[in-house]
Amino acid sequence: MRNSLNFHDFDWILFGLVLAIATIGVVEIYSTTAQTALAGQFRKQIYWVFLGCALTMIMSQIDYHLILAHIHWLYLLSVFVLIAVLGAGPRVAGTHRWLQIAGFTLQVSELVKLVIILAVAAMFAKRRNKAVTWGELAKLGLLAAVPGILVAVEPDLGTALTYLPIIAAGAFLAGIRRRQIMVLGLIGLLALPLGWFLLRPYQRERLESFIHPKQNTQGSSYQVTQTKIAIGSGGLWGQGLGKGSQSQLGFIPVSHADAIFASFAEERGFIGTLAVFLLYVILLLRLLEGARAAADRAGSFLLIGFAAVFFFQVAVNIGMMIGWFPITGIPLPLMSEGGSSMLFIFLGLGLVMSVKMQRFVN
Amino acid sequence: MQVRFPEDERFPTWKITFLEYLVAAAFIGLLFGYWRLQIGQHQELLEQAEHNRIRDLPVIAPRGRILDRYGRVLVDNFPSFTILLNRDNASRLTDAHIDEIAEALDLDPKDIKALVKHSAKLPRFQPVVLKQSASLRDVAFIDAHRSEFPELDIIQSQQRFYPKHGVAAAVLGYVGEVSQADIAKPGSPYRPGDLIGKFGIEKEYNSILRGRDGMRRVVVNSRGQEVGTLGTIDAVPGHDLRLTLDLNLQLAAEAALGDQPGAVVALDPRTGGVLAMVSHPTFDPNIFTHPISVKTWKELTTDPMHPLMNKAIQAQLAPGSMFKIITGTAALETNTITPQFTIDCRGQVTIYGHTFHDWHTHGTVDFHKAIVVSCDDYFYTVGKLLGIQKIDYFARHLGLGHPTGIDLPGEDSGLIPSPAWVRRVFHRQWYPGETISVAIGQGAIQVTPLQIAYTIGGIASGGIFARPHLAFRKELEALGADPPSDTTIRFPLHQSTVDAVTSGMWGVVNQPGGTGVGARCPGLDIAGKTGTAQVVSQSLEDSAHRARFRDNAWFVGYSPSPDPKIVVSVLVMRGRESSVAAPIAGDVIKAYYQEMGKKSSPAPLVSQKKGGKTRLDTLATVQ
Repeated sequence: MRNSLNFHDFDWILFGLVLAIATIGVVEIYSTTAQTALAGQFRKQIYWVFLGCALTMIMSQIDYHLILAHIHWLYLLSVFVLIAVLGAGPRVAGTHRWLQIAGFTLQVSELVKLVIILAVAAMFAKRRNKAVTWGELAKLGLLAAVPGILVAVEPDLGTALTYLPIIAAGAFLAGIRRRQIMVLGLIGLLALPLGWFLLRPYQRERLESFIHPKQNTQGSSYQVTQTKIAIGSGGLWGQGLGKGSQSQLGFIPVSHADAIFASFAEERGFIGTLAVFLLYVILLLRLLEGARAAADRAGSFLLIGFAAVFFFQVAVNIGMMIGWFPITGIPLPLMSEGGSSMLFIFLGLGLVMSVKMQRFVN
Repeated sequence: MQVRFPEDERFPTWKITFLEYLVAAAFIGLLFGYWRLQIGQHQELLEQAEHNRIRDLPVIAPRGRILDRYGRVLVDNFPSFTILLNRDNASRLTDAHIDEIAEALDLDPKDIKALVKHSAKLPRFQPVVLKQSASLRDVAFIDAHRSEFPELDIIQSQQRFYPKHGVAAAVLGYVGEVSQADIAKPGSPYRPGDLIGKFGIEKEYNSILRGRDGMRRVVVNSRGQEVGTLGTIDAVPGHDLRLTLDLNLQLAAEAALGDQPGAVVALDPRTGGVLAMVSHPTFDPNIFTHPISVKTWKELTTDPMHPLMNKAIQAQLAPGSMFKIITGTAALETNTITPQFTIDCRGQVTIYGHTFHDWHTHGTVDFHKAIVVSCDDYFYTVGKLLGIQKIDYFARHLGLGHPTGIDLPGEDSGLIPSPAWVRRVFHRQWYPGETISVAIGQGAIQVTPLQIAYTIGGIASGGIFARPHLAFRKELEALGADPPSDTTIRFPLHQSTVDAVTSGMWGVVNQPGGTGVGARCPGLDIAGKTGTAQVVSQSLEDSAHRARFRDNAWFVGYSPSPDPKIVVSVLVMRGRESSVAAPIAGDVIKAYYQEMGKKSSPAPLVSQKKGGKTRLDTLATVQ
């Protein structure tokens, strides 16, 4: 056990990448909200980044094995809190997603991602088999399904979906076999119609407009139409900060939150898009390289679980903006406005640092 | 201390490599997607973004006012609001949403759907007029519901206002929304919802009154709120138009006719300028500035007295005895008779084996007396001597049987029956007896009140027929408009003819036994002629004896005599008796002199029959 703070192996490059993207996000939030009632929102985001940095530092000093040893308690606590949120949480815009702690509203479902990442890592940390069993797959599914269903009925299907890449990555690393993939795929296919019935009307509409984007340019595909116009009008160099008409005049809903990348692409153009893509790719590759060099299985699972969620959210959010995926409430990590999302990323980053810094400890 | 895992418990590193490639591939794919939009479709999407934020709002040009000859306002505007519909997000305009709009603004959803359909070809970012003359309630509603109805816009506009309501309504006309047919015309400057003159002067001089709408290119946000202006094209207001009408005379004529159905036309025969034109029953043109209800429209169009018709130019009726002036003029001009030609009136005469009745037995009648007492027998005889060809020729050359060419839409031509006409229309021969009826203005012959004023004014002026008009030719030219050709028709009459005819008409008003004594005004030199257009035939009248109650009473009068400055024709439809028309003309002429401020001292009671007056000198002072 270390007895003093040690940042000797802290991955400053990774940390720098994170700060770079977060800064771009803050600037874009400033740009899209400066002329609106949300002006000043960017300051809040800066506070979250500072708080996040502090949390990353703290987390990096904690031995992740300690957390892994107590993960079942954390998991049970998460499920309990999710139930509490559903029953007693404040109702915001018709959904129960928020937990109020000391004046802050916290989206618990975001932090649950971290718990699931840890739980999956703990599950496979000590196993010796090269292939995953059906029992393990079932356990894995259950691990995501219990909080996932609780979050989905909030309703927050977007966040619930982000639990999937965690268990998918876990199963992949643990050694899922081709036949298992095929059987699971088949089950999924058969469950599709059932899923349709479970969707809420607005969710169905989003899905329908995704399949037939031309039919209804008003409702949910209005959003995609508008984000596409915004992105396309950015051109090579962009309209300039604060000059994107789509984001400035309110044609993009939630231009500072989920749809921030559309505003960014409008104002910064393809050059900006390319730059941010590079930052994300380098960040992800660095996380994956970290997994390669991790001191143990648990560490690798943690890094890859985190990378999986991160990648899933970035790819789906950015793809959503150009109509490649149906619109769901998935924020863009590090750029979208939102404290809970930030908190998850920085806590996850702290965990990543903790893994990285233990590589050379012998 | 640390729990270590043996090397073999790690998963194969190819899995990480696989994930790295997956990440790279995904981002290359996404980059391609963004490339396609940001580079490939940049122009197209930039244009769409422009359409999103740019809205071209019309700046409605105020329509020119219509003034009387002294500049008094007959038609005005007052500020109002127009509601526009933006169709740049057409998909927003679902049937359900249109129903909401219709309910909010008290419109018919069918009309809105038709508007959306008809304006589909216009540029998307150009809004169309949804509602003219919006109420303050509408404006307040839209202001308060911006987010629910982002496609609605309010602009300042001008609402047409007719301050005198029904006065001269048939002349002034009204405005209404442009029809689909007008928009469809090639080169049409109109958009759905634009106002256009539909009737009367408003229609005739629409292009002068209209002006040119301007435009404001504004930036709007997603809720349709204006956040800036990019450019402005100023509206060019329509030109004011001065008419020859004299408001006071018009009011006097309206009052004189009262609520009797009919028409009054007052002309200055020296210029052809219309001083007053009344058609009753009238209507209030202000009702057309709001969408007119089906009920009101039905009432207006099914009224048996046709309020939406300008009877001064559209009522075609037999002129009755007024036509004796034309028959008499023709007979004197052709030397068929002289003023000394005398008959013995016994109340009826048999010509071509048919007995024609007179309304009275007049005894010995010469030309002068025949006009004063309106002796039918005299003109039956004259008609027989003249023959239909000469009557037809003179009637046409004295201004009947064809439109006068007044600058109003829809003028009717009247009808002068002739052998050629019966052959063409009825495929039969002319009956000689018909000539006898036509000679006293009965039968198929038809004239309008304007025509009879034009004709009698022209005869009394010695055969100079100035085309009736409402707008001043010189002012139209100054406005760059193409004025109607200035056709003053000269059909010179012998001085002796004019003297005989005008002296007869002077007697009608001023001599004992004259049929038009009702028009007499002390101190004023008025001449004229009465007429009764029979609705049923003479024989039927004898048996029923009440048909006279359904006759149309005519009077045409002028002053002074000869060389009139004003000629007034009056038609009272279904007047109780033929004498009701004459006093109306008298009232109008009296008002004319009052209006002149007695500047032109009234001519002496006894007209100067002869003397060195040069008629053409007087006429040379044409306006």
